Amino acid sequence: MTPGDTLGDTPNSGAAITLESVHKWYGAFHVLQDINLTVQRGERVVVCGPSGSGKSTMIRCVNRLEEHQEGKIIVNGIELTNDVKAIEGIRREVGMVFQSFNLFPHLTVLENLTLSPIWVQKRPKKEAEQAAMEYLERVHIPEQAKKYPGQLSGGQQQRVAIARALCMKPSIMLFDEPTSALDPEMIKEVLDVMVGLAEAGMTMICVTHEMGFAKTVANNMVFMDEGSIVEMAPPKEFFTNPKSERTQKFLSQILTH
Amino acid sequence: MQQSLGQPAKRSAWWNDARVRGVLSQVFVLGGIGLLVWYLVSNTLANLETRSIATGFGFLEREAGFAVSESPIPYSAADTYYRVLVVGILNTLKVSIVGIALATLFGTLAGVARLSSNWLVAKFATIYVEGLRNIPILLQLFFWYTVITQTLPGPRQAFNPMPGVFLSNRGLQYAEPVWDPTYGLMAGALAVGIIGAWALGRWAHKRQERTGRLFPTFRVGAALILGLPVLAYVLGGAPTELDVPALKGFNFRGGGTVTPEFAALLVGLVLYTGTYIAEIVRGGILSVSHGQTEAGLALGLSRGLVMRLILLPQALRVIIPPLTSQYLNLTKNSSLAVAIGFPDLVSVANTSINQTGQAVEGIAIIMAVYLTVSLSISAFMNWYNRKIALQGVR
Amino acid sequence: MARSGETPGQIIAREEEPKDVSLPPPKAPPTSPVLAVDWVRQHLFSSVPNTLLTLLCFWLLWETVPPLIDWALIGAVWSGGDPQLCRDADGACWAFITEKHRFILFGLYPFDEQWRPRLAMALFVGTLLVSSYPPFWRPWLGLLWVAVFTSCGILMWGGVFGLTPVDNTRWGGVPLTLILAVVGLVCAFPLSILLALGRRSDLPAIRMVCVGFIELIRGVPLISVLFMASVMFPLFLPEGVTIDKLLRAQVGIILFTAAYLAEAVRGGLQSIPRGQFEAADAMGLSYWKKTLLIILPQALKVAIPPIVNQFISMFKDTSLVIIIGLFDLLTTAKTALADPPWRAFYIESYLFAAMIYWAFCFFMSRYSQYLERRLETGHKRS
Ligand SMILES: Nc1ncnc2c1ncn2[C@@H]1O[C@H](COP(=O)(O)OP(=O)(O)OP(=O)(O)O)[C@@H](O)[C@H]1O
Ligand SMILES: [Mg+2]
Repeated sequence: MTPGDTLGDTPNSGAAITLESVHKWYGAFHVLQDINLTVQRGERVVVCGPSGSGKSTMIRCVNRLEEHQEGKIIVNGIELTNDVKAIEGIRREVGMVFQSFNLFPHLTVLENLTLSPIWVQKRPKKEAEQAAMEYLERVHIPEQAKKYPGQLSGGQQQRVAIARALCMKPSIMLFDEPTSALDPEMIKEVLDVMVGLAEAGMTMICVTHEMGFAKTVANNMVFMDEGSIVEMAPPKEFFTNPKSERTQKFLSQILTH
Repeated sequence: MQQSLGQPAKRSAWWNDARVRGVLSQVFVLGGIGLLVWYLVSNTLANLETRSIATGFGFLEREAGFAVSESPIPYSAADTYYRVLVVGILNTLKVSIVGIALATLFGTLAGVARLSSNWLVAKFATIYVEGLRNIPILLQLFFWYTVITQTLPGPRQAFNPMPGVFLSNRGLQYAEPVWDPTYGLMAGALAVGIIGAWALGRWAHKRQERTGRLFPTFRVGAALILGLPVLAYVLGGAPTELDVPALKGFNFRGGGTVTPEFAALLVGLVLYTGTYIAEIVRGGILSVSHGQTEAGLALGLSRGLVMRLILLPQALRVIIPPLTSQYLNLTKNSSLAVAIGFPDLVSVANTSINQTGQAVEGIAIIMAVYLTVSLSISAFMNWYNRKIALQGVR
Repeated sequence: MARSGETPGQIIAREEEPKDVSLPPPKAPPTSPVLAVDWVRQHLFSSVPNTLLTLLCFWLLWETVPPLIDWALIGAVWSGGDPQLCRDADGACWAFITEKHRFILFGLYPFDEQWRPRLAMALFVGTLLVSSYPPFWRPWLGLLWVAVFTSCGILMWGGVFGLTPVDNTRWGGVPLTLILAVVGLVCAFPLSILLALGRRSDLPAIRMVCVGFIELIRGVPLISVLFMASVMFPLFLPEGVTIDKLLRAQVGIILFTAAYLAEAVRGGLQSIPRGQFEAADAMGLSYWKKTLLIILPQALKVAIPPIVNQFISMFKDTSLVIIIGLFDLLTTAKTALADPPWRAFYIESYLFAAMIYWAFCFFMSRYSQYLERRLETGHKRS
């Protein structure tokens, strides 16, 4: 099975996300060094790399949870600047799923899902709830709607988090190690949902070390180390014929595990 | 217990039966307490008799014979003990309620300031919190009382920071509007405003659920609550007559007064309790993880909405229970009024005890009043905690 | 470097120089590398409101600090027993402290014998310091405390080894405050454990008695308990038997503290997982063995920080005994002002007492934070 075959070729209808020579520092520490990356509409990019290499920082820059200091980030044609309204607009277009779920513990699953449609998109409650239920069905847990996040398993919580992001009808999804806090049997249920999304043609940047998943859905693999993009290639090439020594070493470590 | 399950090889002695032991130990404890109480009561009765002190609450009907320095209701020395105790309770409630409101405001400010990204502001707040919470409240009360009565000038040289306001060692005198029916109208308008704002809130909520449209409830509600009384004031002919305090002999006459005792007690209680509230508020805010804010922002919510819909509801859950116990502490600490002569419940009860010798009854009254307040607040707290407990969070 | 088969999803980085060979040369952050300037900008002038706040703070400092230094240092009178000197100066009158500190520290204790409370306090604080170090929490520490208590008692009361007897009505100042607080804690502690165990007992009568006591005491102000101790205790006792004021106040403080400590201990008991109780039951231990050997050691460890906090508030609360006429630190500070020529120097007097209270409480609260961090390791609930 080759990656392109299962999910079809990438529709090439312009860039969804562009990062141009992006630099970021924490104090004197150079976390992101000259990052250049373009993600086309409908494209799926999987980012991997050792811990602390700046993967999270990079995708958090895309919806400005972190500010970059040099370079340009353009999302859906809008450049990220200090314009608060523009940022809020971009965040509505970009869904994000966190490693630690970050569901709101004081709200029920349904309320978590409808919060943003009601308050940001100003939709009637009934309508928002109906839409939310559809997304819950899509992640296979409609029966949990009335429960609180604390009453769900990790896998269920992460699926709620995905549904919550989808409720905004985003055109781009960012995933930051969505499965690394989960037990093995829960990983599969979350990955299944993500594969479903990919099949539906969602633009995705996904930080993960699930290489099986990467092989199935990714159009492109990105390997980061010490704040730079070290290698970038389609999965077939990336896994079979990595160019850089560091990528080879990383892959041999992660695949033997 | 185990014996009943299987067939014991040898019957153990009866005193090894868990149930028998339980009953016996309870009987012993209760019996011991009963004996002790009986002993103390009989001693007390004998002592009271030899000292010919009356018992019972009959003294409440008698004339108290002492004046109090301030009272929210009309009171004179010719009134009964019952009435003076009511005065004491009202004074306690007055200083507690005002104190709670101010301490909450002040403490919240200090707590938020401690988290400020501005280094100087954070340091100021830290010095205040760490400084005052480690000094006994009673010492602080003495200090403020002495500052007011010794540093401030006498009435003749009183500070006059603005027209109609005098600050002297007799306290704070201020001009007070003379009663006019318009003020009644304004109170009514305020009530209507509050009810209106509440109804508006409900309507806006319903409408949002139906159509999704938001309504600036807060601003319109505030305008209602403030605007209606102002309107009533203007319609009532805008009465302007003031009762201005004036120096007569050695003191002021007329106007309203904040006595030095009340002021010192209030300042002391607010500053001291404020330090605790600041820490509670800080802890509550810190208890909500940064991930919650990020998740909210990532959904496209504005900072204001993140605060209102995500951070505040979660922080309040952490804040409210310890906050209530600080409110209780403030109320209990207001009893230190006796040390600086503010006529609160403990203070008037103490005078009554000294006059009648009926210590048992006097102390019982003090304890009963405070217990009623404490227990009703903790009953409310238990109810509230059960209501807001996070589901499934262990 | 030859690359083939590129997908239409172009990735800009490919067109750049090969990243996999070398990292770009290190680049300095765009902000100024001067750390101090950076720090000031970040912490004081990061935005307009922030800058305004900073300016407000500077103004406040400008308004308060120079006059304060003037008052406390430059214009202050440091010595000389003449209050007139102080009244002429416009600074603080530290001469008041020089003059009165013995009275404030030791109250009415005979002047020539004040080396005794001084020594007792030194012993006491020394032992307190020794016991604040957890590795020293061994049986010998208990023996040390017994020895210290005994010698403090002998020093304070006298009457043996040629020490002049001093009646406890003449005790005062810091030693009295310390005695009230520490004896209060030591005696309230066992009582609080019993109350906490009772509150969790299966036996309804015992549970009710404990809950009743705890809630009663916690529901009323300390001052009413002290009133009760000072006015009602004498009535409780049979005719002819009297107990002195200090003991009565002490009993009141003990009862009051026990109720609050019991809640701290109960918190510790609640933190123990059910499995511990079940494991102990499975070992066939009796109730008391189970409690003493398994449950309490764990529960008390968890409860130590709240217990220390309780001690801090009790230390401050001992100041309430002024209301029933004992000569603790606050009373001596206040009484020192009753001397007419010195009456004006209340700020100095209260400040002096406040600093003593503050030093104790601040040290204790820092210590409680240290303990919390230290004990946390290995006792995280999972
Ligand atoms: N707020 C911060 N302040 C200072 N340094 C930070 C901050 N956040 C992250 N870093 C540092 O930046 C580097 C990159 O962090 P990042 O979280 O992006 O790594 P990562 O690749 O996502 O690692 P992981 O796989 O462990 O999640 C790390 O060395 C980290 O220590
Ligand atoms: Mg990461």
